[in-house]
Amino acid sequence: MSDHLSKQFDLELENIGSRILQMGSLVERQVLTAIEAFSSGNLEALQQVIDDERQVNADEVGIDEDCTLLIARRQPAAGDLRLILAILRIVTDLERIGDKACEIATMSRALRLAGDRRIPRLSDLDHCGRLATDMLRAALDSLARRDVDAARQVIGMDVAVDTSFDAILRQLLTYMLEEPRTIAEALDVIWIAKAIERVGDHATNIAEDVVYIVSGIDIRHTTPRQADEA
Amino acid sequence: MSALQQAVDGEAILAVRDLSFYYGDFRGLNQVSLDILKNKVTAFIGPSGCGKSTLLRTFNRMYDLYPGQRAEGQIIFHGSNLLDRKQDVNLLRARIGMVFQKPTPFPMTIYENIAFGVRLYEPLAKSDMDERVEWALRKAALWEETRNKLQQSGLSLSGGQQQRLCIARTIAVKPDVVLLDEPTSALDPLSTAKIEELINELKSEYSIAIVTHNMQQAARISDYTAFMYIGELIEFGNTRELFVKPKQQHTEDYITGRFG
Repeated sequence: MSDHLSKQFDLELENIGSRILQMGSLVERQVLTAIEAFSSGNLEALQQVIDDERQVNADEVGIDEDCTLLIARRQPAAGDLRLILAILRIVTDLERIGDKACEIATMSRALRLAGDRRIPRLSDLDHCGRLATDMLRAALDSLARRDVDAARQVIGMDVAVDTSFDAILRQLLTYMLEEPRTIAEALDVIWIAKAIERVGDHATNIAEDVVYIVSGIDIRHTTPRQADEA
Repeated sequence: MSALQQAVDGEAILAVRDLSFYYGDFRGLNQVSLDILKNKVTAFIGPSGCGKSTLLRTFNRMYDLYPGQRAEGQIIFHGSNLLDRKQDVNLLRARIGMVFQKPTPFPMTIYENIAFGVRLYEPLAKSDMDERVEWALRKAALWEETRNKLQQSGLSLSGGQQQRLCIARTIAVKPDVVLLDEPTSALDPLSTAKIEELINELKSEYSIAIVTHNMQQAARISDYTAFMYIGELIEFGNTRELFVKPKQQHTEDYITGRFG
């Protein structure tokens, strides 16, 4: 899209656009690190994820403020308006994803610090984590490139995350039935899996916002079929 | 009908078809087609010289006052083409009233500013005329401010009040259509807000077409918006859609401030 007559307006929009992507990459790193460190037991890495939350929260407030100011100053219309509205929503999703990463990190750390307990090892959890982080990365890529097709693909990926979560749940239930002494640990792992599954949902929201930014179509709360036809 | 006409639903009070307009040899409007809907507010936006005021002025044949200006095409109003030579222009201007950018009260009393026009079309008795003046001033949200000074000059009012007096004068003859040519561009924000409020109230009884340079104003007060550029109608449609998701890149660029 061509430039605004007002250079300052362009700068303000570019600034908001790059801040949201920076926040996105920080949050993406949090999720990746949290999931890896859950497996490896790297306590330092888990602490880093928890420490990064402060920056994510500051980003949320800062980007919100930038958007508020831009609306007040510029009264954005059409594509600019859609971009700002979507970024306000994306900021919330990113902050929630950051929260999920912290939940994973906090719970992983508690499991590790509790000592030599029997933590269920599930390859499915790694798989689910990979799917969710792939989704998040693809959603952020589609935002950076304003790519509707890529965004629609992200939305389609969520089924795999949900299926994977269901599989984890079933396995852990079996585990608990067989070894009632591991129920406490297994429940913690269920919470971690649930947090990963939620990352996929938030990535879906971001992708839906990308579709809105580019095409002006609001596909939230539609079936996949309706979304494709819209 | 031109391909640029986009579907708007409702009863058209003015149906513009293939309208072109010439200032001598210069073509100011090129094959414009659109409907002005009954009891709706239609806004015209576009950069200076795009033809929006020209278009508005064809609706009541304002251009007749200037030799060398002519219109081609059709504007259907109550079943006949108002561009026809046979059209009684004075009657037309009573049915399609106009308010201009700069308030233009007559150098008369506030009362006479309104009664003057009514008298041309309706021989009302004094008491009926009093009633009509009060009615028009109330409609224009000016009654409370002027009820005790109806015999003062219209020019003694503030700019915003003068503009509301002009609106009162226009609606006093009970037109079908009210044309507003940048009615608030010379007014402060408070007076502007009052006029906008007034437009919103008037649309239940009148069909309104407004030319404005203020895009937020068009977005706030209109049901339909037409974007024009160099004499062409670029996009016409629901205001709700046009300001959030315009169909034409040209419209998008204009309303987002990407070209002037």
